Amino acid sequence: MTITSASMLLPALPEIILAVGAMALLMLGAYCGRSTPAVNLGAILLLIAAAFVAASVPNGRLFGGSFVVDDFARFLKILVYIGSGFAIVMSLDYLEAERQQIFEYSILILLSTVGMGMLISAGDLIALYLGLELMSLALYVVAASNRDSVRSTEAGLKYFVLGALSSGMLLYGCSLIYGFTGNVSFAGIAKASGQGEIGLIFGLVFLFAGFCFKVSAVPFHMWTPDVYEGAPTPVTAFFAAAPKIAGIAIFARATISAFPGIVPQWQQIVVFVSIASMILGAFAAIGQRNIKRLMAYSSIGHMGFALIGLAAGTAEGIQGVLVYMAIYLAMTLGAFAVILAMRRPEGMVEDINDLSGLARSNPAMAFFLALLLFSLAGIPPLAGFFAKYYVFLGAIKAGLYGLAVIGVLASVVGAYYYLLIVKIMYFDEPAAAFKPMPGELKAVLGIAGLFNLLFFVYPAPLIEAAGVAARSLF
Amino acid sequence: MAGWPILSVTTFLPIAGVLFIALLRDDASATRNARWVALWTTIITFAVSLQLLWRFDPSSPEFQFVEKRAWLGGFGTYHMGVDGISLPFVILTTALMPLCIAASWLSIRERVKEYMIAFLVLETLMVGTFCALDLVLFYLFFEGGLIPMFLIIGVWGGPRRVYASFKFFLYTLLGSVLMLLAIMAMYWQANTTDIAVLLRHAFPRDMQPWLWLAFLASFAVKLPMWPVHTWLPDAHVEAPTAGSVILAAILLKMGGYGFLRFSLPMFPHASHDFAPLIFALSVVAIVYTSLVALVQEDMKKLIAYSSVAHMGFVTMGIFAATAQGVAGGIFQMVSHGIVSAALFLCVGVVYDRMHSHEISTYGGLVNRMPVYAAVFMLFTLANVGLPGTSGFVGEFLTLLGTFKINAVVATLATLGVILSAAYALWLYRKVIFGALEKPSLAAITDMSWREIAVFAPLVILTILLGIYPKAILDISSASVIALLDNYQHAIGAAKSAALMR
Repeated sequence: MTITSASMLLPALPEIILAVGAMALLMLGAYCGRSTPAVNLGAILLLIAAAFVAASVPNGRLFGGSFVVDDFARFLKILVYIGSGFAIVMSLDYLEAERQQIFEYSILILLSTVGMGMLISAGDLIALYLGLELMSLALYVVAASNRDSVRSTEAGLKYFVLGALSSGMLLYGCSLIYGFTGNVSFAGIAKASGQGEIGLIFGLVFLFAGFCFKVSAVPFHMWTPDVYEGAPTPVTAFFAAAPKIAGIAIFARATISAFPGIVPQWQQIVVFVSIASMILGAFAAIGQRNIKRLMAYSSIGHMGFALIGLAAGTAEGIQGVLVYMAIYLAMTLGAFAVILAMRRPEGMVEDINDLSGLARSNPAMAFFLALLLFSLAGIPPLAGFFAKYYVFLGAIKAGLYGLAVIGVLASVVGAYYYLLIVKIMYFDEPAAAFKPMPGELKAVLGIAGLFNLLFFVYPAPLIEAAGVAARSLF
Repeated sequence: MAGWPILSVTTFLPIAGVLFIALLRDDASATRNARWVALWTTIITFAVSLQLLWRFDPSSPEFQFVEKRAWLGGFGTYHMGVDGISLPFVILTTALMPLCIAASWLSIRERVKEYMIAFLVLETLMVGTFCALDLVLFYLFFEGGLIPMFLIIGVWGGPRRVYASFKFFLYTLLGSVLMLLAIMAMYWQANTTDIAVLLRHAFPRDMQPWLWLAFLASFAVKLPMWPVHTWLPDAHVEAPTAGSVILAAILLKMGGYGFLRFSLPMFPHASHDFAPLIFALSVVAIVYTSLVALVQEDMKKLIAYSSVAHMGFVTMGIFAATAQGVAGGIFQMVSHGIVSAALFLCVGVVYDRMHSHEISTYGGLVNRMPVYAAVFMLFTLANVGLPGTSGFVGEFLTLLGTFKINAVVATLATLGVILSAAYALWLYRKVIFGALEKPSLAAITDMSWREIAVFAPLVILTILLGIYPKAILDISSASVIALLDNYQHAIGAAKSAALMR
């Protein structure tokens, strides 16, 4: 299908808005002095606009099927735009206080978000790789955005080197798959992969290695704690949310639409990765004292839980993954709003013991963080419970009982370190109070906390939307 | 009146109190206001729940006051209702809450607002657990209760509160998550999580044992049964008095309620096949924990072990699956809810004065505290199961019901009655009788009017239910008979099918 009129590009409108807008803001930043606040505001507005446009554009396949817009893509794009938008909002106060106000920051986030949108909509291996690289290159740069800090530059460098390695593996996998099927489009691969030749399986393994790196699933998770800890905190908040969603999205789309013929082969890989991530995330987080490292292991564990739904390989499982990612987004953003507010007169603090007695020095902040932590642990009636409920529901339907049992046991182990933070906040004696929380962080924390608390009152819309999105993939 | 959602109102009324307390301004009177708001909220909730008792039709085994609304978009509904099995527990919960608030009036002085909020949230979750007629909804309430209880033990507890609260939380969570998987498996089997429908669904025989074991994992920890009872003594010792009361009186009953609501009626074959296992665990619980109770030096720990022993009678009676056994199990749970609550409150009375629950701290209290001695004696005897108190009826009925099925088990369990007399009377003698020798006790005062007001309803109920047990038995009988009819029918059908082969 060739493009004959501008209206045929309509399904790609969110990406067009973001890409053109990002370049316009770049001009604004480069030619007008002191324009950082305007650029930040413009970036936020662009993301809001993109989210609304993404909700209303028609379905379609563009550019010879390499760009797919369906309900699945729409659902995840909205999540990604929300994640990126909140990440910029949350960084405003930090960047000002740390004197790192550079206008490129939010433009890089915008460009990375364009990459995520392309990744989510990718219909073939080429588009997949392009989207992935656009997303990642911008991420490498923001990780190192505080260039005077050794930790930040180290984090950026480490992320870049390992990321390049994983991209290489992914690309090698792509070339093997192409070589054995003669196709780059997912639909074509699905048609040609009936027998499951050994070469194709090899390609699949390399492809999965690349995906696992992007979603920081075990055994390709090593970069996560270091990058989370080293990168400036708002960047970490960004890393923990939107790119994870995009990574899980392409993992699900490529697996479901390109390899439906060799389910047993990829299912065992996903099951292994899922179990390993859950267990490592649960046990390794116990010993952490730095809250950013702790959140890194926590996110590794959460990716393990989300992959349970993918392992099921059914519409119910994918629905579980989508519900999981939506709720994970809310929990993560809320938790990072608190981490960004851990600021004493002498500077940012990151040790979990700095939260001592927060319930007395700042009851509202402690209450909302406790809510989020119980939600992360998956305790009902909070939203995190429903996230776990739906992925396990998918796993039980698919008969993956062993995976489900290991998963719930890992969630009990994981509950321990979340409880530990609640204990520090509620049972311990107060430490010195933090500086007052900036207004925008209060807003983010309040929205995320109330979402988690009140989700159970009216959960149907999100769950049904996820169901529609999941079914569009099959 | 028909359109009035009375169960939802009973369940969520405490949340209104929570919002009210949360909005109180932080000034000098906030503490006092929080106490009064909590007290009035619980009293009004109790009054509303009395309406349930009033309008309940005891001749019908069906669920009553049913409410049903769309909720999880195909995966579950908001479905509430009570029958003769759950109603006694709803009333027990709402009745005990005002007493708990009153008992914490002066003993909780720090962070009173948060304390009252935690208790009111807990009340909503407990009432909801007994009213829920959808498995997901049930799980939501059942597990949600962990959060406020964790905070109650951890924030207002004793010296080892951190250890106790973590142990309580993780132990119970571990049991419950397996039940959650069973709930999901049931959903895919029956395509619904509606309890009323599932009660009529015949689960395949090869699936039943697994589901039954998963539910056992949860309820055995909650109840608690030997050998997974070890969290209970720790939690009891460290929890503040009202926390212990709620733990012993209500939270433990959720396990027994779960057996009655799910295990027995939904998995009759598994229940029948596993009954010997339950009997064995129950007898061990009754005899072994009674012996352990004999050597305790801490009053709360002693009562905690005695709770485990008394819950042994409950599980034994339920899985005997006779009319007497099941009715006795329900009665024993209600009675234990009142008696153990009162015993923990008794410990609380002296703890507020001396800040110790070591038995050796006390002795000869009868000389200075005659009223206290009389009250404590009544509940000690009710705990032993003296005829005329509510404790007797429950133990007698469960033993009677079990004797028909398995005489050896019933005989061994009777040993526990003797042992309970030994430890309870021994405790009473050490604390109350003898000369008042310890100088620290010389100035101890008898119960205040507030404390007497807390105990009065419990005293009346204990004696009333002891001489007129029909009050509870009549409410539950229709539901119990219907439950056992279905059970016998399922077992009978399987037996005749086996004979045909």
